[in-house]
Amino acid sequence: MGKNLFQKVWDAHTVRVLPNGQTQLFIGMHLIHEVTSPQAFAMLRELNIKVAFPQRTFATVDHIIPTEGDARKRPLADPMAEEMFQAIERNTKENGITFFNPETERQGVVHIVGPEQGVTQPGTTIACGDSHTATHGAFGAIAFGIGTSQVRDVLATQTMSIAPFKVRKVEITGKLNEGVYAKDVILYIISKLGVNGGIGYAYEFCGDVIKNMSMEGRMTVCNMAIEGGARVGYINPDETTYAYLKGKPYAPKDWDKAVAYWNSMKSDADAVYDDVVTFKGEDIEPMVTWGITPEQAIGISQSIPAVTNEVMAEALEYTGFAAGDKMDGKKVDVVFIGSCTNGRIEDFREAAKYAKGRKVAAGVRALAVPGSYNVKKQAEAEGLDKIFIEAGFEWREPGCSMCLAMNPDKLVGRQISASTSNRNFKGRQGSSTGRTLLVSPVMAVAAAVTGTITDARKVFGIGC
Amino acid sequence: MSLGPIKQVVGRAVPVPGDDIDTDRIIPARFLKCVVFDELGGQLFYDVRFDSEGKSIGHPIDKPQFVGASIIISGDNFGCGSSREHAPQAIKRAGFNAVIAGSYAEIFFGNCTTLGIVCVVAGKAVRDELMKEVEANPAAEMVIDVDGCKVKFNGKEYAVEIKPNARKAFIEGSYDSLAELLNGLPQVKELEKTLKYSFV
Ligand code: SF4
Repeated sequence: MGKNLFQKVWDAHTVRVLPNGQTQLFIGMHLIHEVTSPQAFAMLRELNIKVAFPQRTFATVDHIIPTEGDARKRPLADPMAEEMFQAIERNTKENGITFFNPETERQGVVHIVGPEQGVTQPGTTIACGDSHTATHGAFGAIAFGIGTSQVRDVLATQTMSIAPFKVRKVEITGKLNEGVYAKDVILYIISKLGVNGGIGYAYEFCGDVIKNMSMEGRMTVCNMAIEGGARVGYINPDETTYAYLKGKPYAPKDWDKAVAYWNSMKSDADAVYDDVVTFKGEDIEPMVTWGITPEQAIGISQSIPAVTNEVMAEALEYTGFAAGDKMDGKKVDVVFIGSCTNGRIEDFREAAKYAKGRKVAAGVRALAVPGSYNVKKQAEAEGLDKIFIEAGFEWREPGCSMCLAMNPDKLVGRQISASTSNRNFKGRQGSSTGRTLLVSPVMAVAAAVTGTITDARKVFGIGC
Repeated sequence: MSLGPIKQVVGRAVPVPGDDIDTDRIIPARFLKCVVFDELGGQLFYDVRFDSEGKSIGHPIDKPQFVGASIIISGDNFGCGSSREHAPQAIKRAGFNAVIAGSYAEIFFGNCTTLGIVCVVAGKAVRDELMKEVEANPAAEMVIDVDGCKVKFNGKEYAVEIKPNARKAFIEGSYDSLAELLNGLPQVKELEKTLKYSFV
């Protein structure tokens, strides 16, 4: 009986079974950022314990950092943000941890920086005090978010106490229609399996649609596994994965040996799964959310369904939309392109393709926030920044920005935003009454230039 | 923070009457943006301890006879509300090692146990009597016998409940997974050598 990648990676990293019945699991690569790590370092200091494997932890600063050039000058205007920044500087320095900081121009959203530095590799276990850590699963890693006490455990021992997951194979067969992107695929899956459907599971995404997807697209899919309740989402590594990794700063030096290891960790053809679900790529159209959870998403041609539960009622009360409404035609005030879901170079290339020569509609504020310095530099080298600026977008410095609005980028009042991020929770974008509609980057551009949620394929003549 | 076994808790107690004392009351949300949990001790119960000018309004834990107490006696459903780890951290850092209450919110209970805060369950009659005795003898020391599930105060013994799993973890000193993980460090180092990847 064959094994799937999850089981192989889990076994290779199991130190022992603990007296509490859980696994003492080795974490091959640990990522930290400024919000959830300082308390963990403080606990270690109190216990007088050293970081066990400092070369297996990498740090960046993303959540609180302003994304406007001048506002990034130190000290930051918000004293608390400055203190968090200083804490991660001190903690990484004192412990010999690599810090991808703004000065080295390697800073960015933690889930974008790991892959582009090449520290995100197949066959590894990856943890980070951040729920979107599953992003790294796109490379065939077992990656998951952890709490602050566990960040402390990983720093102190490079291990943590955790119980194994069940594995659900999520297959997307066939081909995507033109104008349909990775973001639509994952929103579609979550709308079908629900926000709690994945609790206790790791999702193995596979099928022709995944096979033909770029690494950027695969990361978008895995990024939102957690929004479907699955703490882990992963994709078996293949030539696309290896081509992406080759030449990255931390890519393995003995390449052939590494590839042999990676290939050996792929799910076997006769691997067993706890569950299997299959979707058809052809059934997916551009998606948009209408409520307050990522599950509340519909295709652009569809209408908001009739209310069948309390969360739906609560969602409509909050958003002010009604069952039966189409999202097509809803006015937007703000457009945000960025985040660890859709803040990669491919996202900006695709968005720029359609923003080119068009203008952001009057009254709409549009932000394009690259996910990292690398993304920004690459985009600028390709002239994408000029396209966005000419179209009326603000072109920003890298960071989480309006994904969760811990920095100065926030919605105001009941503003509606078309956002390429991953959470449409109440108040997520910085205003307790603000509304977030999750979409793909191309749908976001369509919203920016028309001022409404609308089918990007019609606006831009895609596929006709 | 100690990682050793906890067989008993000895210290002076303070009554903090009331049911449903939630985590917002324990540590108001605005204190969550922080880089260390260190400051949280001083912010424990902040909004029911201080007025808008930061002057004490006579909360029990600030009364001179109870300053320095390390055991809180309270009501039912202690620690309900958000799951923030900041709440038990605030209690711990304000110098408290145990709580005696009617019941606890589940997540809060788990967070407390990890930090080595002993959450004792006692019925209303026992709590009422303990509160009265403590008010009358604020300088006397209370002993919580973790293994024996007893509270001793002022020459009297009270039977109380401590959840079996938590009790076992306290007695063995395994309430915080870190201690156990650290025990495995030699094996961890061995496993690290077998991994087929590194970043140096
Ligand atoms: S971009 Fe958003 S979801 Fe991603 S790490 Fe930052 S805040 Fe979290």
